[in-house]
Amino acid sequence: MTTTTPGQEFETQDLMINMGPQHPATHGVFRMVLQVDGEIVRDLIPHIGYMHRGAEKLAETMDFRQGIGYMDRTEYLAQFNAELSYVMAVEKLAGLEVPERAQWIRMILCELNRLSSHFMFTGAFGTDIGVFGTAFVYSFRERETILDLFEEITGDRLMYAYFRPGGLAWEVTDNFERRVGEVLKSARQGIKDMDGLLTENEIFRARTQNIGIISAADAIDWGCTGPVLRASGVPLDLRKTEPYLRYAEVDFDVPVGQVGDTYDRWLVRIEEMRQSVRIIEQCMAKLQPGPIMPERMPRMLRTPPGEVYLRTEAPRGEFGVYMVSKGGNRPHRLKVRSSCFANLQALKDMAIGSYVADAVAILGSLDIVLCEVDR
Amino acid sequence: MNAELFGSQVNVWVDALVRVLIIVGMMTVVVMGLIWFERKIIGRFQMRLGPTRTGPFGLLQSVADGLKLVAKEDVRPKNADPWVFELAPYFVFVPTFLMFVAVPFAFGFQVRVLELGLFYVLAVSSVSIVGWVMAGWGSDNRYAMLGALRAAAQAISYELPLVMAMIAVAMVAGTLNLQEIVLGQSRLPNIVLQPLPAFIFFTATLAELNRTPFDIPVGESEVVGGPFVEYSGIRWSMFFLAEYAAMFILALLGSAIFLGGWAWPMGEQWGASWQLLLTTVKAGAFIFLIFWVRSTLPRMRVDQLMGFSWKVLLPFGFAQIMVNGFILVNGWPAVTSGVLLGTTSLAGLFAVGWIVQRSVSRPRPRPVMMARSEAAQ
Repeated sequence: MTTTTPGQEFETQDLMINMGPQHPATHGVFRMVLQVDGEIVRDLIPHIGYMHRGAEKLAETMDFRQGIGYMDRTEYLAQFNAELSYVMAVEKLAGLEVPERAQWIRMILCELNRLSSHFMFTGAFGTDIGVFGTAFVYSFRERETILDLFEEITGDRLMYAYFRPGGLAWEVTDNFERRVGEVLKSARQGIKDMDGLLTENEIFRARTQNIGIISAADAIDWGCTGPVLRASGVPLDLRKTEPYLRYAEVDFDVPVGQVGDTYDRWLVRIEEMRQSVRIIEQCMAKLQPGPIMPERMPRMLRTPPGEVYLRTEAPRGEFGVYMVSKGGNRPHRLKVRSSCFANLQALKDMAIGSYVADAVAILGSLDIVLCEVDR
Repeated sequence: MNAELFGSQVNVWVDALVRVLIIVGMMTVVVMGLIWFERKIIGRFQMRLGPTRTGPFGLLQSVADGLKLVAKEDVRPKNADPWVFELAPYFVFVPTFLMFVAVPFAFGFQVRVLELGLFYVLAVSSVSIVGWVMAGWGSDNRYAMLGALRAAAQAISYELPLVMAMIAVAMVAGTLNLQEIVLGQSRLPNIVLQPLPAFIFFTATLAELNRTPFDIPVGESEVVGGPFVEYSGIRWSMFFLAEYAAMFILALLGSAIFLGGWAWPMGEQWGASWQLLLTTVKAGAFIFLIFWVRSTLPRMRVDQLMGFSWKVLLPFGFAQIMVNGFILVNGWPAVTSGVLLGTTSLAGLFAVGWIVQRSVSRPRPRPVMMARSEAAQ
């Protein structure tokens, strides 16, 4: 607690500041205790677990179809991506073959979800940096159009439960193609707006550049994935390195940062949004009519005994599902590998030695979802 | 002792009381209008409507808010220092309203014409920081204390460039009397002669008012409201009132000393009502600029804020004063010295812009795009 340096005439005491669990900048119920010397953060003690609901354990008591809902509630900003890992794990256990059309639609929805999630990030990060709501409102306009589309398809704005082991719950709406086109058009404008509003802004750059640097080696050691890892210069994108669905058939680039600071994490996400738009356009071109579920699906899905770990590239990084089955219609053990949980661990290393305001910016740049961290 | 009030002789104390009542009453109305204006303006910037439900165009929103605040419980934290905590709002409120005494609206239309008006406004405006620090210290809240210390550091940093900017203007005008400063601009507003001090004044005003991008002491995402975090009800609304009143007064001051106040462009010929309108429009433009900045820019960090003040604004303020001195001491004709003043000051302004650009625009690589084969390795 007390720090004295030689030659100092009187002892000064560091101040402990409790941030959260109810603080506007902690993105949910995250709590960090900052030990500050003036404005400099000397130590940071993160506290997680306020949001723990035992989602994994609960999902073990439900059959495979019911478990999908818990994935929505685990990662509530990228629900389709979370569902995808789960249903793909089940499919792998049960040996189900997913029809091509279902795969393309899954890809489109996952990428749209990535867009909406990154829009959420841009808005929330703008607020963390101190823009009075404008960035937030602009990004929410885009997120809203995407959510409207999701609502039309799935009937729900947040908890979709639309992917099913084997395919999709039901066919997309007739005007799907036109609506996706509209959404993409507005998303393109939205990306341009966010880019124009903040990326080149002098104050924004002064606030984010060279803040919260994490080296590639450290990022790997902490288990960071997704944009946090790529901003540090590691080109790990599961859509490229171990393509699932039909990602091998579409053309897209993986943006990789060079410094690993907060600004790079911003740039990487902005660029990823552009790439997502590219992917969706290609998917739409390749979308053909066809079945969306395998022809023979059992009324009650049962899997043979076995275990599987399946990971996909969610907007925040690797969202993995480890599933053990002892036969029967429900997982014997379910473990979610949360991307945010791993990314959040790196916060302490990044924030120590920075200013209090930077700690907020760094936390914002990690783009955590507390529901996913605590599960 | 008698004084003249509205053309009749009254006792000085009656005179003072009437003037104070007029100020407080008028300022309350103006502040309510400003809050409504800000909410509407920022609503437009954010694709929203702003308040619409209370009265026509939501005009009564501030009244409703005020009533709510008055009706709220006045909470004092258990461990707060009772005297310091409860007196702090007055230490912010009173100096802010004292500033009002010297600010000119129209010819002869101000509370008092002070010979040292500019000096008086500056002196009084810096007192309110005591109230901020008292609020932060007395609240027994660490966010509040952090915010108060930030406010103190910021006030000290930006008071000086503000003074420098005003000294530069006073040199050009040759007086500290605000009415005469305005009168002297009947042909050319000072912003043409002194663009750099005008910029410094605007920046320092934002910092003085703790508004974006210098809202560090109250930063919502960091110190959750800063010194005011523990205040509620009527005490909080006093801080709020003082904040907007200060904004209005500084906007009036800015329009008076840089934009020519009521004198430019039509001089004294037009009547007081036109002059009042002119002042209001100029102050309104100033305030609109503040709102615009607020809805666009992110917040600076505390060290960047102080660095900008001490390393950029203050040296440039000093340089402007010296340049002004060199030019004015020669007693050249008005046109020559005016052109010289304007060009040097404009050059200084561009230099400031260049420094700001340069400080953040280091060559910076964009993200590398990894195509399929590279990324797959």
